[in-house]
Amino acid sequence: MITLQVNGQPHDVDVSPETPLLWALRDVLGMTGTKFGCGIAQCGACTVHVDGQAVRSCQLTIDMVGNRPITTIEGIGATDAGAKVQKAWLDLEVIQCGYCQSGQIMSAAALLAHKPNPSDDDIDAAMAGNICRCGTYVRIRAAIKKAATA
Amino acid sequence: MSTNASLEARGLSRRDLLKAGAAGFLLVSFRLPVARAAGDTFAPNAFIRIGDDDVVTLVMPQVEMGQGIYTTVGMILADELDADFNKVVLQHAPPDKAYNNPLFGIQATGGSTSVRAFWDPLRKAGAAGRAMLVEAAAQQWSVEPSTCRTSNSEVIHDASGRKVGYGALAALAATMKPVGEPKLKLAKDYTLIGKPVKRKDTLDKTDGRSKYGIDAMPTGVKFAAIAQCPIFGGKVGHVDDTKAKAIKGFQQVVADDDFVAVVADTTWSAMQALTALDIKWDEGPNANVNSAQVWDALRAASKGTGAVAKQAGDVDKALADGTRYDGVYELPFLAHATMEPLNCTVHYTKDACEVWTGTQVIARVQEAVAKAVGLPIEKVTVHNFYLGGGFGRRLDHDMTIRAARVALHVDGPVKVTWGREEDMQHDVYRPVYHNAVSATLKDGKIVGWSHRITGSSIMARWFPAGFKDGVDGDAVDGAIDQPYGFPNLKVEYIRAEPPAVPTGFWRGVGPNNNIFAIESFIDDIAHREKVDPVAFRLRHLDNNPRLKAAIHLATEKGNWGAPTSARVGRGISVQNAWNTFVATVCEAEVDENGEVRVHRLVTAIDAGIPVNPDTIAAQIEGALIFGLTAALFGEVTIENGRVQQSNFNDYRMLRINEAPKIEVHVIPSTEHPGGVGEPGTASGPPALANALFAATGVRLTRLPIDREALAGRKPV
Repeated sequence: MITLQVNGQPHDVDVSPETPLLWALRDVLGMTGTKFGCGIAQCGACTVHVDGQAVRSCQLTIDMVGNRPITTIEGIGATDAGAKVQKAWLDLEVIQCGYCQSGQIMSAAALLAHKPNPSDDDIDAAMAGNICRCGTYVRIRAAIKKAATA
Repeated sequence: MSTNASLEARGLSRRDLLKAGAAGFLLVSFRLPVARAAGDTFAPNAFIRIGDDDVVTLVMPQVEMGQGIYTTVGMILADELDADFNKVVLQHAPPDKAYNNPLFGIQATGGSTSVRAFWDPLRKAGAAGRAMLVEAAAQQWSVEPSTCRTSNSEVIHDASGRKVGYGALAALAATMKPVGEPKLKLAKDYTLIGKPVKRKDTLDKTDGRSKYGIDAMPTGVKFAAIAQCPIFGGKVGHVDDTKAKAIKGFQQVVADDDFVAVVADTTWSAMQALTALDIKWDEGPNANVNSAQVWDALRAASKGTGAVAKQAGDVDKALADGTRYDGVYELPFLAHATMEPLNCTVHYTKDACEVWTGTQVIARVQEAVAKAVGLPIEKVTVHNFYLGGGFGRRLDHDMTIRAARVALHVDGPVKVTWGREEDMQHDVYRPVYHNAVSATLKDGKIVGWSHRITGSSIMARWFPAGFKDGVDGDAVDGAIDQPYGFPNLKVEYIRAEPPAVPTGFWRGVGPNNNIFAIESFIDDIAHREKVDPVAFRLRHLDNNPRLKAAIHLATEKGNWGAPTSARVGRGISVQNAWNTFVATVCEAEVDENGEVRVHRLVTAIDAGIPVNPDTIAAQIEGALIFGLTAALFGEVTIENGRVQQSNFNDYRMLRINEAPKIEVHVIPSTEHPGGVGEPGTASGPPALANALFAATGVRLTRLPIDREALAGRKPV
């Protein structure tokens, strides 16, 4: 049994310790906001924060995470950067199908938490790991800039 | 599904919703409000439900896969109904003929048809509901209906200063005589249509609350992973599950004809156990098929006799006289790669079957699952969800049939999730296409034009009525109705099914291929004739003022004709397909290694009445990226009967650091709305190829782009 600290709440998880955090969140805790996209850290749909860092939850096993604080899309609105990103996403109507957007928002929130005024290069570096098949990149870039000045 | 605003209107706070979310599957039931019992609800037609609690529920005949259609359809209904859009609840339609797409005659979302097909029916549905509410209020007040007006879900009688909400009128309105041909609003009276209204589905998509098929969590759900025979057409031979059984969480193996599934306590355990299975496949007849064979067969077929799809004037005579040009253009297989991998959850019992999935064809899912599990269709309930991308992939329902076949052997609900590799290697692929195009010129204008298209008929499989007299209506779409006024024109189609590889609709559908061929070829002719490619196109568009206006706007905003640096070029593509007029200017740079950097895309679009102009802009932005991704990277190849690509490492997607600047100019119009989901996908690739020619002098006739050719290291 491993106890995960998700969005400030402890959750007991009784599955193999080698289970990636992604699947513990989705299949065990029913927190389906974090998405499965590729399983090999190529698409970023599963991005969550561990210790405030954006990580691909498909690659991080629950025993590696242990009791470190995890923030998911369900909880990111409680952070200053997360709330700004969510608002900017809505103001600029970034979202289309939305499936990748949990990961996009988590990557953007981590970027802004560490770099409140990111350059285009910073945005590229932080966001290039997140694929959007609907092609919302133009608006993602604009929304990050908007969130940065909010 | 419903929006946060609508849920608050139902007395549920955001905190309650989050609590419900933490409890897991409960949220789904909140999201899919059950239709209220008849009697306390005013339901003038299949699309509108008004309860005595003032909640206006609009049932969505088309599915939301990112194209913003819930908002657009909701706007059309709510505008004519004069419903308060902020308080409207949107609901997925169940399988029912009432929601058939008028352009297809079946319940399907695709082909950029939603607004084109439903514009008139939905305005009438809204207006009919409004007329009955007005009748009810007028009767209650003993006044003439014509003295009443409506606004924000209320009927108002100005003379007496009275007003009443739609909810309070629901019961009485339900007894009013239905209105057959209601009076529609004049365009000047629209309150929503034509305005950049905020989407109703996006709030839930910012905080993880929105539910896709893959998020379905019925009580007691088990999780399954699936492997289909990696060789198209192969079957399961022998399965040894000794090692799989040792994986923690393993529950059972289901092997059936052409697939093996493992059921476990999490999707991950299921995937691990699936990998641990020792499966011997019966490879079947396609184990030697490879891409070279596919292309050889396609090119051989292209030499055959085509079915004539369109003929005007005397093409043979026209092609025999004047300056003649010939071109061949080819496009590869493509995968859909929706971000949400294919999935379906099914709960089978001997009496009934329940299905949870995101599909573009809910009625087909219901019918196919019923057949697969051997139950009458009315015993199968299908819950539709948001789609994590469709792009045509979810116009097929193979994933639901396989999930149903797994569920037959499982006690309780089972969610079958395809790994990314499975999704990519068992797609229905955008077909390979071959185009042979010929043209003759006289006095600087094209007088003869022949276009012969060779490729798979998706219609013959998916919608047989669309394959008639040897012509696939989709494969020739955009070719038979190309915008140029050529006096002598012939379009032929040769059906050529690729060996082994299944084909399906892919965003941009038939016109994707045809517009690439036409716009590349006409650009090539313009350059050979030493005429500016825009001026050359305009010569042939005298009778197409809407397209000309789009070209003028796109070229003006796209700096057409302004000087560029070395190895930077601009290209244009223009099109009139899906009843929409589009011109795109692309500016791109090629380095000495043939690597391409797309700087900027500028599109002007006349899609008729722009119901939601911001959605139109968003669709074009996204579709341009979708098309560019294919043009820059997209190709599925076959070796030994198997797809060689497997995941995003070897089937690349454009990423934010590679994305160009995009400007979209939506042209105001009062014409009937056109389609907006597909056009951008078709528009980008030829504009790019033409820009690359302008930058390098290398004419690419196949996609994806050939970097070696662009670097001048090999001939095209």
